[in-house]
Amino acid sequence: MTCLPQPVPGAKKLGLVIDLDTCVGCQACATNCKEWNASGHSAPLPDLRPYSAGAEGVWFNRVHSYEAGEGAAGRTVHFPRSCLHCENAACVTVCPTGASYKRAEDGIVLVDHDTCIGCGLCAWACPYGAREMDEDAGVMKKCTLCVDRIYNETIPEAQRQPACVLACPTKARHFGDLGDPESAVGQLVRERGGQPLMPELGYQPVNSYLPPRNRSSLAATPEEAAPTEIKNPLLRWMDRVLSR
Amino acid sequence: MNPAGSIVFFTTASGAGYGLLFWLGLLRPLGLVPGQGLVALALALLLITAGLLSSTLHLGNPQRAWRAVSQWRSSWLSREGVAAILTYIPALLLGLALWVDAPALALAAGLLAAAGAVATVYCTAMIYASLKPIRQWHHPLVVPGYLALSAFSGAVLLAMLAAFAGGGAVPALLAILTGAGALLLKRAYWQAIDTAPPIATIESATTLGFIGKTRPLEPPHTEQNYLLREMGFRIARKHAAKLRLIAQGAGFALPVLLALLALLLGGMPAALALSLGAVLALGGLLIERWLMFAEATHTVMLYYRG
Ligand code: SF4
Ligand code: SF4
Ligand code: SF4
Repeated sequence: MTCLPQPVPGAKKLGLVIDLDTCVGCQACATNCKEWNASGHSAPLPDLRPYSAGAEGVWFNRVHSYEAGEGAAGRTVHFPRSCLHCENAACVTVCPTGASYKRAEDGIVLVDHDTCIGCGLCAWACPYGAREMDEDAGVMKKCTLCVDRIYNETIPEAQRQPACVLACPTKARHFGDLGDPESAVGQLVRERGGQPLMPELGYQPVNSYLPPRNRSSLAATPEEAAPTEIKNPLLRWMDRVLSR
Repeated sequence: MNPAGSIVFFTTASGAGYGLLFWLGLLRPLGLVPGQGLVALALALLLITAGLLSSTLHLGNPQRAWRAVSQWRSSWLSREGVAAILTYIPALLLGLALWVDAPALALAAGLLAAAGAVATVYCTAMIYASLKPIRQWHHPLVVPGYLALSAFSGAVLLAMLAAFAGGGAVPALLAILTGAGALLLKRAYWQAIDTAPPIATIESATTLGFIGKTRPLEPPHTEQNYLLREMGFRIARKHAAKLRLIAQGAGFALPVLLALLALLLGGMPAALALSLGAVLALGGLLIERWLMFAEATHTVMLYYRG
């Protein structure tokens, strides 16, 4: 059913918190996402022309890089983009078949690949570009929040986390219940001032992005020793000779 | 947005078909259309059916298309499917009534078919108008535009058929009025989307506005992907301007002038003028529908292009 579940206060909202301060743009999350999901819930994640020019394929996570600000105050920011498991997910309500749905129990947005007709309307309705068509099977694919890992009792408990979260070498990705303000991710968002993407569209994303910390005040100024301060007699003599 | 040929054809053909059905359903029972009306009905159903079939070509799994009528509670695409199927019932009943000459049935079925045609075109328009990420579609003039274009192209077709059946000034008059109305609406729409502010910015899309102006540095991938193909389609401004002129001239102004001429001439010259008008109107509308996609921009491109 493509109506959204009734919002219940205190309901579980599983999602990701992405730290734009520590993400180094290494693409590990994107690669591990592709690796896991190529054989998981939404398998396969096909590639078109994988071994020739113009190779492309379905990925659930894409890592962009941006420059923000100017000069010394400017920053290079790496920016992973995947499904935000929005509360007001129009990608779900536009679906004519019921293939696109949002789970009432944890808020994960999924696609049933057995009923999807591949109309592509949900991809139009997603402002964030989180849905990509599997053009081999003619069905829509998207981030599953690794639903086949996080509840998977056949893997060690410590690994019941999304593949992207486990792969990140700088721990820039966190997974948890954003519906609970006291959960680890809830506290992180509160302390670091986590932000939603494009809030003006009203999709109410569950995923949150932690802003880069202000570094300009910490920037070291280059040292330039004045000649009188040169303690080494040999260097002092060289400085005198060279300054002539 | 990528102007997929099957969808451009669908909106033009089905739009004209529903417009024709609408006017036939309203005018034929009142005796304002000469002849039996069966040819017009057949043409309307042919256009509608061809359009609907073409739209399923765009699906990844057309054999599952029947599933698309199940979610009418939330999805405008689903509602469109339901309305389209339901409209066949009064349309076919209207055909029966015209065939056996049953005026009471023709009146009832005609009104219902007209209502169904409006409902279907309205649902089609709402599919687009409800998509917030595409500001050129999420616009109050999109639904009136779809309805007006459909009414206009249907009126031109009916006027042509009526002229061949020997007269009938009402459809030609309607073609003139709806054509002028649609042209004004379309111009107002273009003016509005050209001056409207963006709905989101790269700064709000990335949350980085607090640092300063933001620009893409490195793309996430070096090859194409579905998003770039589907949502990244761009048309050069100068081409858009030219195509708008062609659409206005061929699609609206000339057919309206030809309908005026037909009113003055009457007889066979009128039928020929209106035939030319119908061809021009449908051709112009194909361009206009193509532009509707080509000029639309999606917020996901903020991530790629800023
Ligand atoms: S990010 Fe896009 S696909 Fe994911 S829930 Fe939100 S609207 Fe839907
Ligand atoms: S592509 Fe599939 S999941 Fe998306 S709206 Fe169409 S039927 Fe639903
Ligand atoms: S949660 Fe899983 S599916 Fe989603 S981006 Fe991370 S690895 Fe990919």
